[in-house]
Order: sequence, then structure tokens, then C-alpha cells
Amino acid sequence: MISGHEGDAPLPVSDVFFAMLRRDVRVARRELPFFLLRTTMQPLLLMVVFGYLLPKMGMVAKGYTATLLPGVVSLSLALSAVQSVSLPMVAQFGFSKEIEDRLLAPIPSHLVALELVTAGTLQGLLAGLFVLPVGRLIMGAIPGLGFSNAVQVFSVMLLGAATFSALGLLIGCAINPQQIGLMFSSIIGPMIFFGCMYYPWKGLDTVPVMKYAVLVNPLVYVAEGMRATLTPGVPHMDLTAISLALLTLLLLFWWLGLRAFMKRAVT
Amino acid sequence: MPGMIETRALRKVYLAASRKRVTPPRGTGTPSGGTRQASSPPQSGEIAALDGLDLEIHEGEFFGLLGPNGAGKTTTIGVLTTRVHATSGEAFVAGKNVATEEVAVRRRIGVVPQRPNPDRGLNVIENLLFHGAYFGLSHAVSMQRAMGLLEQFEIADRAHAKVEELSGGQQQRLMIARALLHEPRVIFLDEPTVGLDPQARLALWDILRILHAQGRTIVMTTHYMQEADELCDRLAIVDRGRLLALDTPSRLRLQAPGSTLIDLTIEGDCAAAATLCRRLSGVQRVDEAAGGLRAYSDRGGELIPALIHAVEEAGCRVQNINLSKPSLETLFVSLTGRKLA
Ligand SMILES: Nc1ncnc2c1ncn2[C@@H]1O[C@H](COP(=O)(O)OP(=O)(O)O)[C@@H](O)[C@H]1O
Ligand SMILES: [Mg+2]
Repeated sequence: MISGHEGDAPLPVSDVFFAMLRRDVRVARRELPFFLLRTTMQPLLLMVVFGYLLPKMGMVAKGYTATLLPGVVSLSLALSAVQSVSLPMVAQFGFSKEIEDRLLAPIPSHLVALELVTAGTLQGLLAGLFVLPVGRLIMGAIPGLGFSNAVQVFSVMLLGAATFSALGLLIGCAINPQQIGLMFSSIIGPMIFFGCMYYPWKGLDTVPVMKYAVLVNPLVYVAEGMRATLTPGVPHMDLTAISLALLTLLLLFWWLGLRAFMKRAVT
Repeated sequence: MPGMIETRALRKVYLAASRKRVTPPRGTGTPSGGTRQASSPPQSGEIAALDGLDLEIHEGEFFGLLGPNGAGKTTTIGVLTTRVHATSGEAFVAGKNVATEEVAVRRRIGVVPQRPNPDRGLNVIENLLFHGAYFGLSHAVSMQRAMGLLEQFEIADRAHAKVEELSGGQQQRLMIARALLHEPRVIFLDEPTVGLDPQARLALWDILRILHAQGRTIVMTTHYMQEADELCDRLAIVDRGRLLALDTPSRLRLQAPGSTLIDLTIEGDCAAAATLCRRLSGVQRVDEAAGGLRAYSDRGGELIPALIHAVEEAGCRVQNINLSKPSLETLFVSLTGRKLA
């Protein structure tokens, strides 16, 4: 009745990893409309108000959409990456314990964390790629918008989504379910307002203290990176500096997040 | 018979909740974990959940871990299933070290948790199919086994239901089906019948008997005496992280002191009453319990008049008397000084 020898046949960890990724894709596909609504509603509303209504009323300059579009794309990408990892994780570690089936699968636990971050990165990319054309539709023609550097656009999106997904791992492991509201008001909120999303970083020249203080905010680099690649005519940071900053933050968040994850995976 | 599971001097020390906030319990983050410190006496603010546990469980055995809440049962299962790092000591499952060969251990075990934890993003059958995929099974094999298990556990008609729509008993059976899908050699069940109604409990017992008959090694924790007695080949009685007794249920019963346990609720000086009771012939042992005495009698209820007399001689009054037959329960009480449930 018991074969009992399956434990001895080779089982590549990549098989297990991709099985878990398929699981996340299955769940995400089922929730796609809710996912897009949840993660892109806010950015879309922002664009309707600041990118369509205000310019039409003449209250902001016409060219402002070229600053706003990259900011909004970066916001939806960042928000969905960070949320799609952290929110389920808080619940799954906190009370439902659903994650245990994956922690008991024959794969080193750090690869489970890597899988979660990979899935979060894909969802961040998806949200960014969804908002970009929709934003273009809402705001009309955007001066200087070009897709000649599609590869760079995609690279910045990938790096940004990965960074925020790793941040999601850290947040998801470090906070407990009662603190979710607090996380939004104390971390995500300020991050959005001081993320150079509505204005280019160069604009902060007038407030030097702020200009250097916001450099701890990862959203700054994604927003500036999107400007550097999507609307290079708008003032922006140097793309190499942006890439290095994002890479550094990615590694930092991954390292901290993995530590927090392992602490909860194995007590 | 080869040892399927072995633990040697297993210790697990948790920081108490109040201290936990200040200093996190573990600093290492690598999956294999750092080497753990050698055992040291628990400091204040530390809880020794396991305190030098040695176990050997044979292949094909139905092994029970019996103990009250907080005894360390879940921690033991946690160590054996690679989810808890022992502070010191070693543990092996199917010849693999749980601390250094986690992946190999995980492939060989199935785990039914204390509380059902199905994947709520997936429906019933998907829970099984993805579990199969995590263990490298082809879709066809997973599907065949999943349907077979759902039939066996009488939830085949719920295959496409959301897991939230299942009753507690059905969720529990789904968890067992999931744990069996990859045909593990060892199955761990942590208090599997808690919260089940009597009928569901009996149904689960039947399932467990079948698994046992198939030759699987089963490790089950419980705090129900009767369950341990009916199902297990051998039982370990644990409390405060220590092994108090280990044998077959029938031989453990023989170890129960005296033939009858007489609980006396009394009013007055228990210590004086106990001293007098101890002098009676036929009384093996007398323990002072809260608000009364507990006497282990060789001669059944015959000693009751003599006990009452002795208590009254000490200036106390008997308010209530309770007799229990020798059983695992009386053994447990004599070992731990507490009742199980
Ligand atoms: N994560 C933890 N942190 C701190 N103390 C714990 C933790 N897990 C268990 N304990 C403590 O360890 C002891 C044993 O717990 P456990 O193994 O769950 O017992 P059982 O399953 O037999 O009821 C208890 O005193 C419990 O409070
Ligand atoms: Mg327990």
C-alpha cells in the first residue's frame, strides 16, 4: 500500500518553486478584477483629477501630465507589489496559518520567501503595465512621452517592483494583523506624499532639507526612474544613480525581509 | 525494528512573552540555522517547552504523545516537522536530521496541524492538487490520489467547494487527505479530534486505524486518555517538556499505583489528615491535593470507612468522595499531580 520510496527520487527545487508560483498565478488570476481595482483605483483617480480636470481648468500647466504620468505609474506599481506580498502574508502567518503547507513543502524555506517576492514583483509589473496605457487615455497626449527606450522602461519597472515586493516581505513578516491600518497611515501614506510622485525631485531644489531627506524613500527612485525613461524631457535623476539606489534598496529589503521571514518560518 | 523517529536530549527554550518583545528569540536567519547553544538551566523569563526529551518511535508504530495543555506536545511535533529549531539536542526522522536535512525530512512526512489551515485561495481539490505539485507529483497522479482520498473521506461531493464552506470535521478530513497525498512514511497529527463532535471523532478514529493497518508510522498528540488508549501501540506521557512514562497502554495501566484512586474533598487541616491516612494498611500512597486528599488504595473502596475515620480523627470533615478505577488517568494523575483535561 505504501510506496514509501518517493522520498528518494530526485525532486528539483525548481519544480517546487514553480509549482508555488503557479499557485500564486492561479489565485491572482481569479482575483484579477479585484486586484486591479484595489491597486489602481487610487492612481487612476489621481490622474482624472490632476491629469485631466485641473489642466482643463487651467489650474495646472499643460505639461504637468508629463511629470504626473511616470509618478502615477510608479505609485501603482509600488503599491501593488508591496501589498500583494505583505497583506496575504500578515494573514497567513498571523491567524490562518495557510502558509504552513508551503513551509512544509520539500524546498528550503528561503526559496519560499523568494517565490513570494517573485509573485509580488509580477503583480507590481502587471499593475504598472495596466496603468500606463490607461493613464495615457485619461490624460490625452503627453508632451515628450516616448517608447523608444522600452527596454529601460521595463528594467526600471522590474527593479522597482522587485524592491517594493521585497519591502512587502519585510512588512508582512514584521507586523501583526492589528497593525495593518497603522502601516498604511504611518508608512505608505508619507511614502506617497514624499515620493516625488506629483513633482520631480529637481523641484525640491527650493527646499534643500527635504531634497535630501526624501532620498530614503524608495518610491523616489521608481518615480524618477520612470521619468528618466518614459518622459526624459522632464528633469530627473541620473538613470545610473537611480538603478544603483534601487538595487541597493532591493538587496537591503530582501536581506531584512528574509531574516524576518526565517524567524517566523522556523521558531 | 528500525527507529523511524529518534530524539536525543531534546530541549527547546522559549523566551516568555513579556521578554520576547524586547529581545527576539532567534538571531540567525540562515535556513540551516546556526549551531545552538549547549543546554543551560532556564533563566527567569524563559520557558523550557521541551526539557531533555528522549524518544524512539518504531516504523509502523501508532505512537501517542499524551499530556495536558502546555506539556510540549506541539513543540515536539514542531521540532520533528522542521518548523521549530531545538535549543539543543538532536532529532531524526526516517534517518534524516531535522535541523540539517529539512528538505529530506519534509519529503517523508505528512502533517495534520492542530487547527485546520487549508489554503483559502484555492478550492478543495486545488488544495490537494497543488500540494501534490509541491511534492513533485504529476497532475495525473495527484488527481487520481486526490479523488481517491476525497471519496474515502466522504467529501468527494465538495471537491469544487471553497474550503470555508466545509464543516470543521470536513476541513479536518481535508487536512488528513492533504497530508497523505504524497504518501509519506510518517504522519504527524496534532490533537486531531479537538473540536470534533463525537460522531466525527469516531469517523476519524476509523480513518486512523486504516492508516495504521496500512503500515504507516503515526505520531499523534492528544489530551484525551480514551483516544490514546484505544488507538496507540505505545504512549509517551509528557508534562512540562519531560517524558514521565513510556509503554503500551496496557502495561502503563499496570504501572498505575494501587488499584483504586480515592479522592476525598475535606474541610480542615489536610496535612494532619494525610499523615493519619498514610498509616492505614492497604493505602499505598496519599497525596495532598487542593482542598483534599488523594489516596491510592490496594483494596478498592473497602478503605473508605477507615479513611473517613482517619480524617475525622485529624479534626477534619469529609465533604465528598470520588472513586476512580485504575486507568491511564490515575497513572497520569499520580505522575503529574494534575488531571488531563
Ligand atoms: N512561540 C512560543 N513562544 C513562547 N512560548 C511558547 C511558544 N510556543 C509554545 N510556548 C510555550 O511552551 C510550552 C509548551 O507548549 P506546547 O508545545 O504548545 O504545548 P502543548 O501542545 O502540549 O499544549 C507552553 O508553556 C507554551 O506556552
Ligand atoms: Mg498543542
